[in-house]
Amino acid sequence: MSTTVADGPAAGVVGTRMRRREDPALLSGEARYVHDLVVPGALHMAVVRSPYAHARVTSVDLSGALASPGVAAAFSGAELAGEWSSPMPCAWPVTADMQAPSHLPVAVDEVCYVGDAVAAVVASSQAEAQDAAAAVAVAYEELPAAVDLEDAASDRVLAHSGLISNRAYTWELVPDADAVERAFAEAAVTVRERYVQQRLIPAAMEPRGVCVVPQPFGGEYVVYSATQIPHILRTMLGITAGVPEERIRVVAPSVGGGFGSKLDVYAEELLCLALARRLRKPVRWSEERSEAAQATIHGRGQVQEIELAADPHGRVLAVRVRLLADMGAYMQLVTPGVPLLGAFLYHGVYDVPAYAFTCTGVFTNKTPTDAYRGAGRPEATYAIERAIDAVARKIGADPQEVRRRNFIPADKFPYSSVAGLVFDSGNYEAALDAALELVGYEELREAQARRREEGATRLLGIGLSSYVEMCGLAPSRVLASLNYVAGGWEAATVRMLPTGKVQVVTGASPHGQGHVTSWSMIVADKLGVSPEDVEVLHSDTAVSPLGLDTYGSRSLSVGGTAIALAADRLIDKARLLAAHRLEVAPEDLELSAGQFSVQGSPSSAIGLGALAFEAFTAHDLPEGMEPNLEASATYDPTNFTFPFGTHVAVVEVDTETGKVDLVRYAAVDDCGNQINPLIVDGQVHGGIAQGVAQALFEEAVYDDEGNLLTTTFTDYLVPAASELPSFSLGRTVTPSPSNPMGVKGIGEAGTIAATPAVVNAVVDALSHLGVEEIAMPVTPERVWRSIGASAPGTGGGR
Amino acid sequence: MQVTMTVNGETQSHDVEARMLLVYYLREVLGLTGTNVGCDTTSCGACTVLLNGESVKSCTMLAAQADGEEITTIEGMASSEGVLHPIQEAFREHHGLQCGYCTPGMVMAVASFLKEHPDPTEAEVREGLEGNLCRCTGYHNIVQATLAAARAGALAP
Repeated sequence: MSTTVADGPAAGVVGTRMRRREDPALLSGEARYVHDLVVPGALHMAVVRSPYAHARVTSVDLSGALASPGVAAAFSGAELAGEWSSPMPCAWPVTADMQAPSHLPVAVDEVCYVGDAVAAVVASSQAEAQDAAAAVAVAYEELPAAVDLEDAASDRVLAHSGLISNRAYTWELVPDADAVERAFAEAAVTVRERYVQQRLIPAAMEPRGVCVVPQPFGGEYVVYSATQIPHILRTMLGITAGVPEERIRVVAPSVGGGFGSKLDVYAEELLCLALARRLRKPVRWSEERSEAAQATIHGRGQVQEIELAADPHGRVLAVRVRLLADMGAYMQLVTPGVPLLGAFLYHGVYDVPAYAFTCTGVFTNKTPTDAYRGAGRPEATYAIERAIDAVARKIGADPQEVRRRNFIPADKFPYSSVAGLVFDSGNYEAALDAALELVGYEELREAQARRREEGATRLLGIGLSSYVEMCGLAPSRVLASLNYVAGGWEAATVRMLPTGKVQVVTGASPHGQGHVTSWSMIVADKLGVSPEDVEVLHSDTAVSPLGLDTYGSRSLSVGGTAIALAADRLIDKARLLAAHRLEVAPEDLELSAGQFSVQGSPSSAIGLGALAFEAFTAHDLPEGMEPNLEASATYDPTNFTFPFGTHVAVVEVDTETGKVDLVRYAAVDDCGNQINPLIVDGQVHGGIAQGVAQALFEEAVYDDEGNLLTTTFTDYLVPAASELPSFSLGRTVTPSPSNPMGVKGIGEAGTIAATPAVVNAVVDALSHLGVEEIAMPVTPERVWRSIGASAPGTGGGR
Repeated sequence: MQVTMTVNGETQSHDVEARMLLVYYLREVLGLTGTNVGCDTTSCGACTVLLNGESVKSCTMLAAQADGEEITTIEGMASSEGVLHPIQEAFREHHGLQCGYCTPGMVMAVASFLKEHPDPTEAEVREGLEGNLCRCTGYHNIVQATLAAARAGALAP
């Protein structure tokens, strides 16, 4: 595959920076999020939550709530226990012997994190429901809590009384243990690093919300939810609440961001369904921000040990990784599998011959973790990109040079990795070169040296991150080999309406990604219509019954491919009809801009719009042809896709205060061919911001008793515009050979790349003072202390 | 208690609970759901509206406090014929929104900011919008949209 340094080809609308079709409704306030739905007679639910990280529930007194104004009903966990046909679902039991405590939507006799539900109240308004929830009197007998991850791994305190160990599973990927041992025994250079991936709160701007409306006469339910996964949710709600799946319709209206946090099946969704069933009234719930911090999943939460063995030139001979991964109190939908999405990527973009990975999942008395933007790959990329800098420091080489010496060469693709993957396509050096040029690397290094010589108190740091990630989840057979219980395909239907307009039905479920725009661009070029003439239907199981939803940067490479294939099938049928009408053989026809014309006789032609009408009237179809132009496709990818690139962060570090300013940021990404580079830019920008946020600002902080201390945006520092610079973006284009459009994903790449780039930059600024590691988030205090600890007398101190 | 105010040019008068916040008055009583709620601590700015032309966070103000005042929400920005306001148009042109949840508040904050800073620098835009959080865009295109709206001379209505 060749790499070009440019935006993708632009014959037609694909490849152009078309403005988004979604925007007018969102900009005018007309878009409807779940909280905006007007549902007459709906009861509002409030959830009573545990204030203890670990406690036995000895009694739940609902009398105060029941006497509260406007209250319709109140229930303890015990009273609701009969509503559940099975516990809350975990779709990824990663090992056959994985331990997982039973997880009910409302706890019955033991609560296991601050925020665990113990009772639910419904009232005629949200305010009344909250007032009544405050009047529920729960008696607890406090139990010791397992809060710190490494302490929990020691089993000193058990997170659940029913567990014999906090260790949920140990998962290993060791293709050749002897090769790893040999490499480390013979290596001229070794580094051994320990990194902590702090817990993060996803903090989509729209908190979660649910509204369940029972339908008249039939035991059917419409579930409106701020979810990324309407299809998976439907199946799981059916199984868990014991409602036949076909009696549930899930609708995800406008959804205000997800980042993985809405890729889950939550207690409140089940509660609204169960209470709507029990009370035969609509029941709705809108999450408050402080509730979101506790009751919506967290991301990351790992302690990483990574060792590299290298030759004297810094060429990496082996990578050995041991992880502890914080599951939190329970397994949510894909909790145990998240670290495994990184398991194959700890050698990063480097051609490494020996590899060993081990991960132990550990329960703690904290909010459950699950997929958060990047899910496993940011953690892996952070570890290898920090460690490769450690190698560079150790041998006294420029970090870009050490990367270059280790890159998988462009002529080795498709590349069979030591961890068992086949990387589809790549040209890592081209992206590195482009990024260094974009940021002005040589000049920055000179400026850095000048400031050091001058003894400046504002030092310059330059941090690199060359990444590859695996996305486009996922080939179903590979998922089977990883013990995931479902597949990774996506479904689509394309149909032409009698007037020549087009309907596209997708199983992907957008929540900010611009699918309506991108899908209509793909179909517009295929069928020779305007994107405005393409209606995209999604996120409602009644109109899009089949799908596996949106996460893992899968929507374009899997869902978009399904759409392209369905459009091709529609064209195949239209070609037969055109041949019939023009009285020629189908193979004598060529399609251009929506017109079938006879080769060599272009005046003899018929358009797809006319054919759609012919197929609709069905007055004169070829023998045996069914009416209408409609085709469906379900695409199961043959491989992941492997986007890559290099990001460069430039920071100024004030040695007197420890303050870090991110002053410049350059990113060169390669996501293969692009449908809409405008949307790609936006995904990269937002991804970078979230990666920077982990590096510098965000951490879900718990005290020793397991209380979450960062429950508002005044404590949990989601960066504002004033904390970020503008970003310089570049792109190389190396198409993926794995799918017909040559596309890869870009939804998570920015987040995956950014965190190590920023921390490498801070360490780079201070490396001459002996600083090698600063824990994330890299706060002024931590920077200041690290300066003092590494080089007393040069600034900072203890 | 009775409150009377002008919202998007129309006089509104309703009997509301004394504890009702302005944002819930707009959303639940008037049905103007374009103004969103993103936090409980005046931090995120999703609920930003204009009070007599200046941005305020409507989750931190009682409906009663707006009695007698003039409120503009996102629904009041486009023309009655549905033509987007130049700030809205700039957001679309520069891809300054993704999920759209922070967008109404962000647009109102920009309207108020540009009134005070008709020719801002990038740094001024970033400082001026620090009360409004966005999780999708990394702010890059919001800043570009704001600068473009300023160049187009887009003042608040």
